[in-house]
Amino acid sequence: MSKLTEIVQRCEALFEDLHFNAVKEWKAAVPGRKAVGYMPWYVPRELIHAAGMLPVGIFGGGDQLEVIQGDAYYQSYICRIPRSTIELGLTGRLDCLDGMLFPSICDVIRNLSGMWQIMFKDKYVRYFDVPQEYSDAVGGEFYVHEMQSLREDLAKLAGRPVTDDDLRKSIAVYNENSLAMRELYAYRSAKPWQAPTSEVYLVSRAGNVLPPEVHTLLVRDYIAAADAEPRPKRDNARVVVTGAFCEQPPLGLIKSIEMAGCYIVDDDLILVNRWLLDDVVTEGDPLLALSQSFLHRSASTASKYDAKREDKGKFLLDSVKKHAAEGVIFAAPSFCDPALLERPMLQEVLAKHKIPYTAFKYAENTGQMAPIREQAGTFADSIKLWSAA
Amino acid sequence: MSTPTPQVAKPAAPKPKVQKEDAMMIQKELINRNYHELATAHQTGRKISATFVPGNLNELLMCFDFARSLPETNQLQNGMRKKSGKFIMDAERDGHSEDVCTYVKSDLGMMLNSEVGPTGEALPKPDVLLLSYTGCFTFMKWFELIRQKYGCETTMLHVPYQGDGKISPNMRDYVVKQLKENVIPTLERVSGVKFDIDRLREYMKESQKAEEDLVAVLQSAKNRPSPIDGYFGAVYYIGPIFTAFRGSSDATTFYRTLRGEIEARVREKKGPMTPDGELTEEKYRLVVEGPPNWTSFREFWKMFYDEGAVVVASTYAKVGGVYDFGFRHNPDRPLESLAEYCLGCYTNLNFPQRIDMICKYIEEYQADGLLINSIKSCNSFSAGQLLILREVEKRTGKPAAFIETDLVDPRYFSAANVKNRLESYLQMISQKRQAVPSAPSIVRGAAH
Repeated sequence: MSKLTEIVQRCEALFEDLHFNAVKEWKAAVPGRKAVGYMPWYVPRELIHAAGMLPVGIFGGGDQLEVIQGDAYYQSYICRIPRSTIELGLTGRLDCLDGMLFPSICDVIRNLSGMWQIMFKDKYVRYFDVPQEYSDAVGGEFYVHEMQSLREDLAKLAGRPVTDDDLRKSIAVYNENSLAMRELYAYRSAKPWQAPTSEVYLVSRAGNVLPPEVHTLLVRDYIAAADAEPRPKRDNARVVVTGAFCEQPPLGLIKSIEMAGCYIVDDDLILVNRWLLDDVVTEGDPLLALSQSFLHRSASTASKYDAKREDKGKFLLDSVKKHAAEGVIFAAPSFCDPALLERPMLQEVLAKHKIPYTAFKYAENTGQMAPIREQAGTFADSIKLWSAA
Repeated sequence: MSTPTPQVAKPAAPKPKVQKEDAMMIQKELINRNYHELATAHQTGRKISATFVPGNLNELLMCFDFARSLPETNQLQNGMRKKSGKFIMDAERDGHSEDVCTYVKSDLGMMLNSEVGPTGEALPKPDVLLLSYTGCFTFMKWFELIRQKYGCETTMLHVPYQGDGKISPNMRDYVVKQLKENVIPTLERVSGVKFDIDRLREYMKESQKAEEDLVAVLQSAKNRPSPIDGYFGAVYYIGPIFTAFRGSSDATTFYRTLRGEIEARVREKKGPMTPDGELTEEKYRLVVEGPPNWTSFREFWKMFYDEGAVVVASTYAKVGGVYDFGFRHNPDRPLESLAEYCLGCYTNLNFPQRIDMICKYIEEYQADGLLINSIKSCNSFSAGQLLILREVEKRTGKPAAFIETDLVDPRYFSAANVKNRLESYLQMISQKRQAVPSAPSIVRGAAH
């Protein structure tokens, strides 16, 4: 078995393990260790890490989980991720978590935070707000206080204080992890035939359950292994996939897009791994440093307010340009308010810049890939046939 | 074979006159007058603001002489006037997803249809969008969409969610700072009017009076029989204070008049006024969670009063401000008070708070149970309501039921389904009563 196959198989096993055995093993290795889950799109994982705990990304149940109890909590018009997350909780799969954080991504996840408080009373549960106002004096100060409050909660949970030094060390660890992720995305953009997104996604996703130090090594090992194994280069269309920042598409959907003749050269899957665009300062007040990175040097997504009209779509346009993409695929979960309300605005911006796009919806358990393959294939063909004219 | 009898067109039966209380007439007049003011604002040299009902900073907007538009109210009016269905489909044809909020699509569809507002007058483009992001994520996208279309000046007020069930000093300070640093300077610049905090204080004094009277009206439903319907009827009662009138002397007068009328009904032991007249026999007392359906509002209400069901309290009547647990606008600390108002709106409360409130209503208003009207459009209300249902049943021992409709999309109102579910639910309450005979129906004039 090649090194590359070995890494990908390891990541796939972590991805498919809905019992979170990697988390259990990490906890069992040292008695007293704790793990805290978080939902998309972003929480400052550095705080959890600094408290000596394992941050664990919970991105729903995917297409392998049969949702029975979770459906009893939601109407048909609510997206799938909260129901599969409840299923994970009620079936004991999340018992290994000592707490859960629910970021301010949308009303559904927001309400899930309160449901969790009621349903899992023995766990630490927190709704985590991030600022939608981006000045240091207003949004920044609010955010520093929110992080301080989370830090105090985590210290209680850990049974020890979380010092500034702890935080600075964790920031350094995550800086390295973010750098590795940027290297991975840059490598895929340069050689998408060497690093297909179906693999890159699994490698990125492994960061949800592995300690960041381990994940950083894994990412770099993957890049080296992928580069050492030549693969055929195809005349595929280079596309950016956007809208998939919360409920994740099934792996089969990513493969279908690629099989249909698209190289995905950028995406917003598991955005938490790449949310902060460069290194967080490791000197001085660590919370202030995290705040300034969030306010001034973070990515864009539908759940984050664009303060100015001219900001709308800028991040996507920059991505298209930076990665020499030829088109954009809007892939949003059904009933995802942020992604679906954002979509027409982004499409208008793309249309103004004559960038082709196509759009479809999915659920994490979408099983029928033929229509998506056909749509993505037609899109790739249209780019290849018409865009060079 | 017999010759078919020629069909003779019968003259249409005259529509029965809709019964309304005096205050309802005043309310209608206020709303219509506001639409006319909006339609003519630019001709009369006034600037127009738009903002949302939850977290509506009406007193502040009045300080800058804005004519005030509320997009949700515009769309519920369009829904009641059967205009929203076309608007929604037009927006969907224009690229908006069938999955998202129909208030937003109805608003965007109205723009595509020459901006003609609910009363038939064209609504001009707002000069400023006050994006009070309170208790609803969709608000943010809604105003981003309008800004994208019109290029309107937009000022954002991010109101943090009460995830822990309390308002922390950090949350309040954040909102106050945004008011001072961003919102007020923008409103000054757009309106050309300098901010005067004493003027704000004066408006807030008026707000307090109206709030006192509104609470008295809503709490009158604790009487048996209830003199009001706390959901369908309350829509008329909350109209002025949740929209463009809180802080105005018009609102003070309206609520004083309304309170007088309702107190008279209590003295006379009258039931609530419905479009078909007074409800004389109160058979069921319900608490309702979730907004109403607007496209079939009358039909929906009739399903209740035909069965003698009165809604004694509703969470929807708290969506633009929760006043019945003590909050009042406070002129002595005006900006802090505006912040606390926003932070305390119903959809900004966490789940345990919402469940506590409903359980309290069931107990204090001696309700027979909880009915949830789950709205497809509104994740802020709807996501997780099935847990609310279970928890309330568990804690109160009272039966709960669930119906599904939408705000302004007529495609999602299935009258037969709603009626079936409601009737089954009321039968369930009756059966429960037979098991524990403690809550007889109240006939007007019966001894108490």
